[in-house]
Amino acid sequence: MLGDDSAMPPDLGSLVPADAPVMLIDPRGEAVPHDTYALPSGEALLAAYGALTLSRRVNDQASALVRQGRLAVYPSSHGQEACQVAAAQVLTADDWLFPTYRDTAALVTRGLDPVEVLVLLKGDWHCGYDPYAHKVAPQATPLATQLPHAVGVAHAARLKGEPTVVMALCGDGATSEGDFHEALNFAAVFRAPVVFFVQNNQYAISVPLARQSAAPSLAHKGVGYGVPGIRVDGNDAAALLAVLGAAVARARDGGGPQLVEAHTYRIQAHTNADDASRYRDDDEVGAWLERDPVTRLEAYLTGRGLLTPERAAAGARRADEVAAAMRAGLSRDAEPDPDQLFAHVYATPTPQLVAQAALIADELGRETGD
Amino acid sequence: MTDVEKLTMGQALNRALRDAMAADGSVVVFGEDVGPLGGVFRITDGLTAEFGEARCFDTPLAEAGIVGMAVGMAMNGMRPVVEMQFDAFAYPAFEQVVSHVAKMRNRTRGRVTLPMVIRIPYGGGIGGVEHHCDSSESYYAHTPGLHVVAPSSAADAYGLLRAAIDSSDPVVFLEPKKLYWSREEVALDAGVPGFGTAVVRREGTDATLIAYGPSVPVALEAAALAAQEGRSLQVVDLRTIVPFDDDTVCEAVRSTGRAVVISEASGFASVSSEIVARVTERCFHSLAAPIRRVTGLDIPYPPPKLEAFHLPGADRILDAVDDLQWEES
Ligand SMILES: Cc1ncc(C[n+]2csc(CCOP(=O)(O)OP(=O)(O)O)c2C)c(N)n1
Ligand SMILES: [Mg+2]
Repeated sequence: MLGDDSAMPPDLGSLVPADAPVMLIDPRGEAVPHDTYALPSGEALLAAYGALTLSRRVNDQASALVRQGRLAVYPSSHGQEACQVAAAQVLTADDWLFPTYRDTAALVTRGLDPVEVLVLLKGDWHCGYDPYAHKVAPQATPLATQLPHAVGVAHAARLKGEPTVVMALCGDGATSEGDFHEALNFAAVFRAPVVFFVQNNQYAISVPLARQSAAPSLAHKGVGYGVPGIRVDGNDAAALLAVLGAAVARARDGGGPQLVEAHTYRIQAHTNADDASRYRDDDEVGAWLERDPVTRLEAYLTGRGLLTPERAAAGARRADEVAAAMRAGLSRDAEPDPDQLFAHVYATPTPQLVAQAALIADELGRETGD
Repeated sequence: MTDVEKLTMGQALNRALRDAMAADGSVVVFGEDVGPLGGVFRITDGLTAEFGEARCFDTPLAEAGIVGMAVGMAMNGMRPVVEMQFDAFAYPAFEQVVSHVAKMRNRTRGRVTLPMVIRIPYGGGIGGVEHHCDSSESYYAHTPGLHVVAPSSAADAYGLLRAAIDSSDPVVFLEPKKLYWSREEVALDAGVPGFGTAVVRREGTDATLIAYGPSVPVALEAAALAAQEGRSLQVVDLRTIVPFDDDTVCEAVRSTGRAVVISEASGFASVSSEIVARVTERCFHSLAAPIRRVTGLDIPYPPPKLEAFHLPGADRILDAVDDLQWEES
């Protein structure tokens, strides 16, 4: 039942991704019919649009906070917001999300407070939110290492008879790490309800996709493990909602893992510390700006009369409020609390740690003169 | 004629790679972002342009693959110099390092040797978020078969990297990233320092500070402060952790009778523990007080806002020196 060892191997046709990425709304904002996937409802698209504009604002506000020295570093997902919004919106509250350092927009869409999310990049602590409160794992920096964890959470849910699906995020570069491949294989063998979602933004820092993989596409990497691969336009929120939604539904129904590759682009440098002019042309960036995910959905919704000026204004107001709350929340410097250094290393601190904590307290006592 | 240039440690490392590549066509450099970008710390800047894509190139993003491929290339006549982007991102390669890089010579009774260098920007003090600040030297130093090197100055960085590339055995070359921008005069033709030669960085008569890599400038700062208070501290820089220079270290400690070991890495079961053990075994009767250690705390590397509490600083070193039972002498 767990691995279903007697099952016939899937036929190749069901695993190989289609030639063209799924697209339901084209870059000009026109609907495109698709054989397999239907356009999501107007309400779903409006919700996506709200989250998109908010995410764009969060990205840009965070980048501004780096320039002001309030954040140590920020890996912006400007241009990739549709991927991250859709990844969060297709989940139920009981599902799990496994994000990377670049997935701030997914976390914010999941309902986390951006101020809590950015605790990591402000330098106050490693993870600012409660993973159980939101069913969101800590953002992973060591590439692809979170993917086997995602399989574990999904497998445990299956053993416990819970209908949980796990959305596991990574980048194009991370697909080269061994952990990516081990996770796919484990998920397939145990039919774990995991959706592996690769945001192929064409670069791993300076290294372009061509140096990362010689496969026809990253989605093809599922084939060897028996995991179906699907390619989707990563700047088309409608297609992303449809494809990821179907993958989640299939996983929930016991259909096993899927590998979804979104074709998108990292509009900004890897982080503020990176100089992208050393390895790519502005022309390339310009071409992708014309495929911007926010303006694309906006054009569609406006064209259909779904996005009213009132609704757009309400969304803009909400984004303003969130940005203001980020500025306020992240401009405060909490007094660093050295007790935190020792409080969470073990359930019961070792005697050596207790002694070290006393030493630090003694040092601080002398500094403040008591 | 001496060829002296004022260089940062980063520039000195870049020069060492260039000079080694120019001197020996079998030296190849590869890793993540080391090609056109020149590495995230720019240590490989310009190498692809100067020597071509075959000699300095980007790989797919996989550290086990990078180190494993280096093993094969070293088996087949090349001298790979690979970069791990940050200390904690070398861990996916750990199996390759401990099971193959370190053991190949021994397994094959010396028939297969691995002249390769694994460069790792390491250590903290730059306000980096988690996984960017580890001091991982103890893992490597604990693994027989690896040389482990940690320069503390631009001049040593140049000489020791040249020596590492010339070495017939694998070298884990730890680059203290907080010192990348520190600048000094480097004599490029000064000759290559031998492995296992510690140096006395500052003469002193009252106590010996033993440090390596990123902790050497901190020890020197503490010694300068102590001098103002009338205490004369000697500073020894190990330069190579493996091989370890027992002679220089013990001679120094015997000359003062007191010692403090300084290291950013957590102290428990570490290189600093090894130093204390070795010196105690050899110099017990010359010691006026137990050797003290000033190390990183026994905790996961803390977030940027808290790292100052973790890292050894001059004050903590001077406190440890004060503790060396002066009243009894
Ligand atoms: C194991 C590991 N190696 C190296 C790094 C350093 N690093 C951080 S992000 C990055 C590029 C990742 O590219 P990709 O997976 O495409 O994600 P993106 O940053 O484009 O979202 C690298 C090399 C790391 N975090 N983890
Ligand atoms: Mg990428």
